[in-house]
Amino acid sequence: MSSSESARIEVIPDRRTAGWDLLWSELSVLFRRRRTWAMLAAVALIPILLAIAVRLSTSTLAAGEGPPFLSRVTQNGLFVGFTSMVVAIPLFLPLTIGVVAGDTIAGEAGQGTLRYLLVAPAGRVRLLLVKYAGAAAFCLAAALILTVAGLLIGAALFPVGPVTLLSGDVISVPEALLRSLLVAAYVSLSLLGLSAIGLFISTLTDVPVGAMAATVVVSVVAQILDILPQLAWLHPWLFSHYWLGFADLLRQPLDWASFGTNAVVQLCYIVIFGALAYSRFATKNIQS
Amino acid sequence: MTVPAADFAIVTEGLTKRFGQQTAVNSIDLAVPSGSVFGFLGPNGSGKTTSIRMFLGLVQPTSGTVRVLGERMPDRLHTVLPRVGALVEGPAFYPYLSGIDNLRRYDSADRYASSRSRSARIDSALERVGLGNAAQKKVHAYSLGMKQRLGIANALLRPRELLVLDEPTNGLDPQGTREVRSLVGALAAEGTTVFVSSHLLSEVAQMCTHAAVMSAGNIVAQGTLAELRGVDTARVRVLTPDADLAVETLRHLGLAAERSHMDGTATWVLAPVRDEVAEPETIASALQSAGVRIRAFSVEEPSLEERFVALTGEGFDVVQ
Ligand SMILES: Nc1ncnc2c1ncn2[C@@H]1O[C@H](COP(=O)(O)OP(=O)(O)OP(=O)(O)O)[C@@H](O)[C@H]1O
Ligand SMILES: [Mg+2]
Repeated sequence: MSSSESARIEVIPDRRTAGWDLLWSELSVLFRRRRTWAMLAAVALIPILLAIAVRLSTSTLAAGEGPPFLSRVTQNGLFVGFTSMVVAIPLFLPLTIGVVAGDTIAGEAGQGTLRYLLVAPAGRVRLLLVKYAGAAAFCLAAALILTVAGLLIGAALFPVGPVTLLSGDVISVPEALLRSLLVAAYVSLSLLGLSAIGLFISTLTDVPVGAMAATVVVSVVAQILDILPQLAWLHPWLFSHYWLGFADLLRQPLDWASFGTNAVVQLCYIVIFGALAYSRFATKNIQS
Repeated sequence: MTVPAADFAIVTEGLTKRFGQQTAVNSIDLAVPSGSVFGFLGPNGSGKTTSIRMFLGLVQPTSGTVRVLGERMPDRLHTVLPRVGALVEGPAFYPYLSGIDNLRRYDSADRYASSRSRSARIDSALERVGLGNAAQKKVHAYSLGMKQRLGIANALLRPRELLVLDEPTNGLDPQGTREVRSLVGALAAEGTTVFVSSHLLSEVAQMCTHAAVMSAGNIVAQGTLAELRGVDTARVRVLTPDADLAVETLRHLGLAAERSHMDGTATWVLAPVRDEVAEPETIASALQSAGVRIRAFSVEEPSLEERFVALTGEGFDVVQ
């Protein structure tokens, strides 16, 4: 054995890197998946279908009929994006977030790749952070794609011009585009709390579908609680309570109040469920 | 063993894992010498994979300690694991990514792996396991053996001080099995300690220098392969129609001969060899001059399989 002992290697590790590679890898794996693209394509379909339906229908809507802003779509294509946001945020966007956030840890566990990431070693905390960042990037991508698809189809099918805001003021087209981006930012922010809940649920199981379904159920339950007047005290603390608050971004002067409150509530959810996910995952036995 | 404690790649003390009532790993004391090729033997469900998961910090021990490359696990996981390559309970990959992209993914998780050398390291790992031609194929189109090879490539992404391979030849074709064996030999020659779990005795017998045998969560034997075989229990086997005469002759030579089973019209006579009369030709000529008709004659090293069965029991049923 002496010969092999003299030959024994000391592995001098390469220099410790900052570790951003795992984040890029996560984003590239997430956004190269066909499932992700299918969901984003479905998100883009919402404004397209909505605009086509409005264009084809002959009857003109009375103001206030249908979802907010719908009656304005025919006069100004820029309202397609806002209307579709209202339509998508209660169910469709939470559904896609449920799939992505519920899949974060449970998906890796279910397919066995979690053990190899941890043995690499990715580090449990780092993996959680990277997974959360991936889910947040998806929220942003979904909101942006919905906005851009809305703008494009709106411009294609309807006249585009200065926008009359809820407050009655009129803003220019570039200003309206800026507001659209603000709305997209507001909506992605709104989904961060649910993403944190999904991440936590995902650490509880090795069955990704279970975590996805549970996350979607949580978002539906929150919205049901939000309409029960008996629970009024709870409403300001529900992560879904401010989901439709982006209408405040369509007033002149810009009203940042709901943006700020929303940010605080979402942050609370991120901290609480991030901590729960950490405490669950840091010592979890990886049996998959 | 004479090697000082620092020269062990893996040392466990009283390592135990319980799942509810069941004790999957029961207070094992394992010592894997650095530079060895260490076979970890045991029937299905004996606790091999559970032990390996504890070595790698995937599973928290119920009690006891593990040191890997001299450091406590799982506390020192971040400095230990970059020096360890592992295959745990079969390979696992992202089916929708190509082989090369899967390795890229795992390599990017290791903070000590430089991204500049990544492509070169991945290529050479793929070459080493013979997957160079299938690198661009999606993993869902890989065969079982190809996945197994890719799993081994993942363990070889960087030079390692320790390789932990859980059933590395599972699903491999004969060429693949032979390549893994020679790969393990080459890695050991480079100085890597290789820890291989297996329930294939012949595999362990062919590539390992040391081994431990697990049974129902306990280590029932460990040491060098020679120690495990029991060096001084080689046996004479004689197939003869003159069984009584053969037994008598062998006993004259001082061997504790016994009749074993019949084989056609002849009988097997067995006798453990003692060193002073171990020469096969001496025994053969003694038998012949006594007029024993010999149909078959051999002096055999005891097989590891016999030891294994003796240590772990004959039963086919999983014990727990
Ligand atoms: N998550 C778990 N929960 C309960 N029992 C478990 C769990 N994981 C393993 N076990 C039990 O622990 C014992 C050891 O399992 P382990 O996977 O370590 O066996 P093994 O030696 O690797 O077997 P094989 O040769 O089949 O791979 C088995 O009896 C198994 O049922
Ligand atoms: Mg096993």
